[in-house]
Amino acid sequence: MRIDKDLVAASATPLVLGILADGDLYGYAILKRVSELSGGGMQWTDGMLYPLLHRLERLGYVSSLWGTSDAGRRRKHYTITPAGLDALADRQEQWTVVADALRQVWHTAQGPSAAREGWA
Amino acid sequence: MTAPHAELEAQIDRWRGYVQRNRAISPADVDELEDHLREQIADRQATGLDDEEAFLVAIKRLGNLDAVSREFAREHSERLWKQLVLVPEGSDNTDASRWRELAVVLTLAVGAGVAVKAGSAWIDDGAALMRNLGLLVFPFLAAYFAWKRRFTAAVAATLTVPFAALAVALNLYPFAPGGATGMLAALHAPVILWLLTGVAYVGGRWRSDKRRMDFVRFTGELAIYYTLLALGGAVLIALTLATLRGIGADFQPVLEEWILPFAVPGALVVAAWLVEAKQQVVENIAPVLTRVFTPLTIAMLLVLLAVLAAAGGVAGIDRNLLILMDAILVLVLCLLLYSISARDPLAPPGLFDALQLVLVIAALAVDAVMLAAMLTRIAEFGSSPNKIAALGLNLLLLVHLLRAAWLAVEFLRGRLPFAAVERWQTRYLPAYGAWAAVVVVIFPPIFGFV
Repeated sequence: MRIDKDLVAASATPLVLGILADGDLYGYAILKRVSELSGGGMQWTDGMLYPLLHRLERLGYVSSLWGTSDAGRRRKHYTITPAGLDALADRQEQWTVVADALRQVWHTAQGPSAAREGWA
Repeated sequence: MTAPHAELEAQIDRWRGYVQRNRAISPADVDELEDHLREQIADRQATGLDDEEAFLVAIKRLGNLDAVSREFAREHSERLWKQLVLVPEGSDNTDASRWRELAVVLTLAVGAGVAVKAGSAWIDDGAALMRNLGLLVFPFLAAYFAWKRRFTAAVAATLTVPFAALAVALNLYPFAPGGATGMLAALHAPVILWLLTGVAYVGGRWRSDKRRMDFVRFTGELAIYYTLLALGGAVLIALTLATLRGIGADFQPVLEEWILPFAVPGALVVAAWLVEAKQQVVENIAPVLTRVFTPLTIAMLLVLLAVLAAAGGVAGIDRNLLILMDAILVLVLCLLLYSISARDPLAPPGLFDALQLVLVIAALAVDAVMLAAMLTRIAEFGSSPNKIAALGLNLLLLVHLLRAAWLAVEFLRGRLPFAAVERWQTRYLPAYGAWAAVVVVIFPPIFGFV
């Protein structure tokens, strides 16, 4: 199943912040983690992650540090900041409200097929 | 990497070269992307793909380079603010369009000259002419941006209404000849006009902090270009003047009557176009200039403070000195704004940021001395339009500098991102416009137009 583009964009920030809340990571590892968490359902355009990370850095949600990879290449590691943790908590609340609302809608509609019959 | 992967290495090298040509993506970003690409390739190879297949998959997953670089550009507009603001997506950059732009610019520059010349011919009163100079030049600068940014009617109205109101106030108020309020209005009108130019420059998107910062950058570059043009012009004029005097012809009247009225306003339009078209040339100088002048300005402020202290208190400071020091403070603020606009917002706090804090604190000290002097003068001689206008400006500066100093400290301590420092600067700018509007529109009736 492919996730809709807008949904991917909307969830990108909380997802990245949430992943970084578990510990420092570099770009590629963040994407791998996203893929694992969504069972491969969320496929990002890899290159788009970096402008997003830079925006989060500008907003002060993450900080970065250049290090070296095992192969000796320059690698940029990202760490979540206290401001980032606050932002994450805020997003979490918002998503909980959205998810709750959706769950209730699914229950009352009793699945998409039932709804379709009702409109037909 | 070993020899078998030579072809892969060559491919990655070519990719790097290709990405690097993109001005929105800095070399450090390319390093970051390359690390990503190599990780992806290694993972694909582990699943059994050969070098070429792995490379192709990795490139594909990285995404369309144009779209990615547009995303980088959106986030890092300071790296190519010119392209972002200037060239609308999909615009052609052919020779024909470039010539058309030059024609538009030259027409507007000549137009500004004609307006100033006509103004000086029709307006006899020197003070009235001074009040109107900005009004005569502004439409041509605004017209250039209107043409360049393809204004909507709403943006045009946002500019025309305040402009008309300003023109009405400056010309219909019965200013007393030689009165202070008329002089103050003439001095403060350009501030309003310049902020209106900012609205024109950003194509009406003045609510955006980033676009405001772009306008600050534009202002700094414009000042540099205008200075260069003025210097070049001055050298040419001096040589011509000397040569003609040698022959025995008097060039002076032609210079004053015809050349300066056209050259001075015209150069402003041309400089604006140069910033738009060629700003890349100056872009690299901006950080250097701010680094040179920040320490020098600190030294100047410290000398000022020392001289003031040696002169024995604030009561002895006379009016002209106060005006001069106000000018210095405004200049310091411009330097501060410009260096903030030229700074890479993601760079960690460094020595230069500490230096900037010193500059702000020195300016604060000077401002405090001036405020004390002004309050003493007002207590001693009573208030006047000049004194209230100066007091207001100094209070504005005080608030601006105090908050800037506090934010700089927090930034240096790593508690705030640089964006917070930037935001304060760009958000505070309209306050100066509002104050200037008060001085131009409300002061004259309050003080009886004297």
